[in-house]
Amino acid sequence: MSATPAISLQDVEKSFGSTRIIQGATLDVLDGERHAIIGPNGAGKSTLFHLISGHLVPTSGRIELRGRDITGMAPYRINRLGLSRSFQITTLFHRMSVVENIRCALYYPLGYRYSFWRLCPRLKDVHERADEILERLGLTGRRDVMAGMLSYAEQRALEIGLTVAGGADVILLDEPTAGMSRSETARAVDLIRALTENKTLVMVEHDMSVVFELADRVSVLLYGEVIATGTPNEIKSSRQVQEAYLGVEVA
Amino acid sequence: MTLGSRFAPLALVLGTVVLLALLPHMFDSRYALTLLNQLGIGIVFALSYNMLLGQSGLLSFGHAVYFGLGGFTALHALNAITDGDLPLPVPLLPIVGGLMGLAVGIILGWVSTRRSGTIFAMISLGFAELVAACSNIIRGYFGGEEGISGDRMSGPVLFDLTMGPQRDVYYVIAAWMLVSALLMYLITQTPLGRMANAVRDNPQRVAFVGYNPQTVRFLMFALSGFFAGIAGSLFAINFEIITAQAVGIEYSASVLMMAYIGGTGYFLGPVLGAIIYTALSIVLSAYTEAWMFYLGVFFIIVVVYAPNGVSGILAVHEPVLRARLMHRLLPAYALAFVTGAILLIGAVVVIESSYHLSQPGALTTTMSLGGIEYDADAWRAWAFGLGALAVGAFLLRETIRSVGGAWADVRTRMGGEAAA
Repeated sequence: MSATPAISLQDVEKSFGSTRIIQGATLDVLDGERHAIIGPNGAGKSTLFHLISGHLVPTSGRIELRGRDITGMAPYRINRLGLSRSFQITTLFHRMSVVENIRCALYYPLGYRYSFWRLCPRLKDVHERADEILERLGLTGRRDVMAGMLSYAEQRALEIGLTVAGGADVILLDEPTAGMSRSETARAVDLIRALTENKTLVMVEHDMSVVFELADRVSVLLYGEVIATGTPNEIKSSRQVQEAYLGVEVA
Repeated sequence: MTLGSRFAPLALVLGTVVLLALLPHMFDSRYALTLLNQLGIGIVFALSYNMLLGQSGLLSFGHAVYFGLGGFTALHALNAITDGDLPLPVPLLPIVGGLMGLAVGIILGWVSTRRSGTIFAMISLGFAELVAACSNIIRGYFGGEEGISGDRMSGPVLFDLTMGPQRDVYYVIAAWMLVSALLMYLITQTPLGRMANAVRDNPQRVAFVGYNPQTVRFLMFALSGFFAGIAGSLFAINFEIITAQAVGIEYSASVLMMAYIGGTGYFLGPVLGAIIYTALSIVLSAYTEAWMFYLGVFFIIVVVYAPNGVSGILAVHEPVLRARLMHRLLPAYALAFVTGAILLIGAVVVIESSYHLSQPGALTTTMSLGGIEYDADAWRAWAFGLGALAVGAFLLRETIRSVGGAWADVRTRMGGEAAA
């Protein structure tokens, strides 16, 4: 564990036209922690993810990955620096087989890059790693099925698999358990815990039981501002959070 | 991997080599060789196009630019060979044309592959118009109305190929087709080829497995230009003349139709498409002036009723064949075929008659169709044509329903087997 935060947001702002979605978000995600971002709909959680991952460029402010300025960097460059993310709406390579999906996440990190002179069927390291990851995802039995044909829960598992396969050590998961049943959620939580071991995890999550089960620390986003950060228990008992977000009538 | 599946590709390649070597002996008429040569050119062109459309999800309306410029460059190089300025055997000309296609692909691709989707398609159309306009301005290179012509019987001779007989040209085209198709297939098996599929499916995610989607598109685009240039060079060698038509929108449209008719989802789809399209256009144009009309209708039918192309139709039958249930579909197909034929006869009579009457040069209204002489202006001809069209359309609709029924039956039987 290093003292430099894995991700550091300094006064990040993002406006669309005259609408300020993110207004001065400041947040440090510590190295190796599991950090959940919660907040009501429209608080800007997904926008915050898009800013960190480079899909959107902040209007002002600074974003660092392990102390390195990544503000305005292209997504693939940020990814090569060791940050990977999943998407709220499942984004797989739906016309490829499950195993090929995972392999696609391995070509670049294993150094094959844009090669058009090496044949994939001969890349043993890619094949072994991909099969290993499928095993951990519990998708070995589905390896040759087209990704688009998987069940929803399986697709979400593959989504997480694609995110971690390349070996990034900072993982952003956008609502990984959204739309899942209770038992599927429990399995997803175990999967996330296993796959992000020794990594830094930031997740947006609506399901509070998942948040309190997985997260070391929680940040609350409200109207584009981080209004509180703390351990799950601190957040649960914070008056400010309860009034602003949890909507509990404080006794 | 079993021994069989390991050697299957090798057997396929060897089988193709033998077939390609035997074809000119089986069909040695000039007509047949002309057809085969154009098929070979069409196949390379269509496969190069599918590197964009099928594999990278890029819809280009200007692929003839790389084909045509490759062809022009090859012909200029051919003339340099004739003049003794270039010591290159004519069969190797496609290297020159391919490099030109690659160079133009790099330059224009640099701009156009920054975007995908509709914007990419519009840029490709813009470049196609731009190059077509250039052909009127840069007359030295494009040769104006007459185009550029050359004499392929010049320069050093390679493997006894004097390039005089049509058969020599055939062997050169066949060899280049085989090598190009193999290379293009192998590219699909490389990390770049796989990532092109990934970019097609989901460019957003591609960025999070380390790739710049623009770079993937750009590389595929440039490589596709290379193979289009090879196809254009083969065209130049085959016809010994090339005009501005070769960079025009018509050729760009043809290659799109080839790829789409054959199906873009399978590597060999465009090969099928090139064969069907080229053969249809050559055969149809020998019989009727309205051949483009028929091709257009055929294309629309494929787009509407078989969006995965002919290869897609074949592919859905593969599991049926394997389950040995094909005999349950064939009766319905035969019925649909007969009713479709009635519809087609009606349509042909109507189209040919109206086409004949609309010709300003037609001296009489008497015409001949399928060996039958008749008066195109008489009500009987029209009654027959329209009648057959209507009856055929009605019956076809009914029989297509029975095809659907047969399919439902086959599906339940296959589903039952899978569960068992």
